[in-house]
Amino acid sequence: MKSATTWLRRNLVVIAGLGTLAYLILPNVVVTVFSFNNPTGRFNYAWQEFSLDAWKDPCGVADMCGSLSLSLQIALWATIGATVLGTAIAFAMVRYRFRGRGAVNSLIFLPMAMPEIVMAASLLALFLNMGIQLGFWTILIAHVMFCLSFVVAAVKARVLSMDPRLEEAARDLYAGPVQTFLRVTLPIAAPGIAAGALLSFALSFDDFIITNFNSGNTVTFPMFVWGSAQRGTPVQINVIGTAMFVIAVLVVLGGQMVANRRKKAQPK
Amino acid sequence: MTAPATLPEVAVSAEPPVHKPSLKKRLVPYWLLLPGILWLVVFFVLPMVYQASTSVQTGSLEEGFKVTWHFQTYWDAFTEYYPQFLRSLLYAGTATALCLLLGYPLAYLIAFKAGRWRNLLLVLVIAPFFTSFLIRTLAWKTILADGGPVVGVLNTVGFLDVTSWLGMTEGDRVLATPLAVVCGLTYNFLPFMILPLYTSLERIDTRLHEAAGDLYARPATVFRKVTFPLSMPGVVSGTLLTFIPASGDYVNAELLGSTDTRMIGNVIQSQYLRILDYPTAAALSFILMAIVLVMVTIYIRRAGTEDLV
Repeated sequence: MKSATTWLRRNLVVIAGLGTLAYLILPNVVVTVFSFNNPTGRFNYAWQEFSLDAWKDPCGVADMCGSLSLSLQIALWATIGATVLGTAIAFAMVRYRFRGRGAVNSLIFLPMAMPEIVMAASLLALFLNMGIQLGFWTILIAHVMFCLSFVVAAVKARVLSMDPRLEEAARDLYAGPVQTFLRVTLPIAAPGIAAGALLSFALSFDDFIITNFNSGNTVTFPMFVWGSAQRGTPVQINVIGTAMFVIAVLVVLGGQMVANRRKKAQPK
Repeated sequence: MTAPATLPEVAVSAEPPVHKPSLKKRLVPYWLLLPGILWLVVFFVLPMVYQASTSVQTGSLEEGFKVTWHFQTYWDAFTEYYPQFLRSLLYAGTATALCLLLGYPLAYLIAFKAGRWRNLLLVLVIAPFFTSFLIRTLAWKTILADGGPVVGVLNTVGFLDVTSWLGMTEGDRVLATPLAVVCGLTYNFLPFMILPLYTSLERIDTRLHEAAGDLYARPATVFRKVTFPLSMPGVVSGTLLTFIPASGDYVNAELLGSTDTRMIGNVIQSQYLRILDYPTAAALSFILMAIVLVMVTIYIRRAGTEDLV
């Protein structure tokens, strides 16, 4: 018979790990529960009574869904920009030897090794000095800039682990450089590119600090939430938060299921 | 970084053979790099230069600012705001340590013990990335509310007595105290710790554990002598990915803290966006950058890992 202490000692890692997971998920649970709240007053911080009102009318708050769609647009364009520029850099870094590699490497590493507020403030200094109007374009420029390094890191990791002999084989079979790239290199690098793009989208959509400095009067969704923390938080914010969590889980799980099925379908 | 000049030549031979590249072909990497690097130079390097020039300007909003090489701003900014600098480093350091302490078991669990639950657990770690972190941070206001269940339990078990003694809480409140800010910071940056830890743990060959067991090492010894040292790259990049953003954060201090918990990020933000004292704000942000870069460099040297990304 095992005593309780032995059991505890054996499962310590599992218990501690699940405890951490609970800590990570707890706010999401609270956000979900409070999306069904019917608050009194401006703030939605204390439970009052169950209500479906916010779910029936998610866009019922002035300007909220506008900010949401603006954030989605910026995230989409920032993802496209950062993914294209970042993938090109990653390929150049892994596949070619050239002068100034070290400098390029540190230039790409630096944005990740700097507190976000430093980048945010310096961009604002640039825009102020040049007299550039803050708004959609300055936000987009900033987002492409900070997403770029993450795309390079993700794509580089994937291309590095790729067997260069596959490309040689394609060339031996008389594939031209374009054909080799499109039919061999790109499909193998695709998961890395997808990971980089997904990360860019999430980073851009959720970015607050850099946007706070460089948005002027433009209100993205995080800016709206920030403002609502001062003015009063509508329940609809929790509805959006819950929906985003559910969609994210479904998208990632779905993607993994597709990947698993593909793996199984391949003959070993 | 300063490898002998002959070394890259050796590395080339391991690459796919390049047969007498024409000038056009030799320019390919530069064309690939050009747009992205240009973007970073114009919107990352150039802004730093502008901020440097802003930090040595004097003037006022009405009359305009002029570069007067007024380095005094740095000294004034530092002496006035060193408590906020110290607080930022203290909070960020504590949050990083807590992240490592909390994140390691979960990363270990996912890497070695999760089995078919692995993917689901990973999704639950990553999913918060896709939900607005501001909404989740606001949820902590509800969780830590005065007189709420969490505070009640912490009070009953005497936890708040300990944290009050440490100066991290006051009375039976958690909200608007340092503890709430550190809790929010830990929460917000925990995934940045777990993912690198998981990646480096997952790479470990489990046969090494078996071998250590065969040589009569107890589980704790296996962890101390085999698993933990092999996970060092993850520990280093995880602590950096947690500490660096946490040191410049102002969201947690603003939403969960009070005026007594203001971090340097809060000061920079209000100097730039409310007080509009651009030179002081620029100087503060450079001091923060310098502190972080120096600490990171020393840390990487001591930890002895160079392959970070």
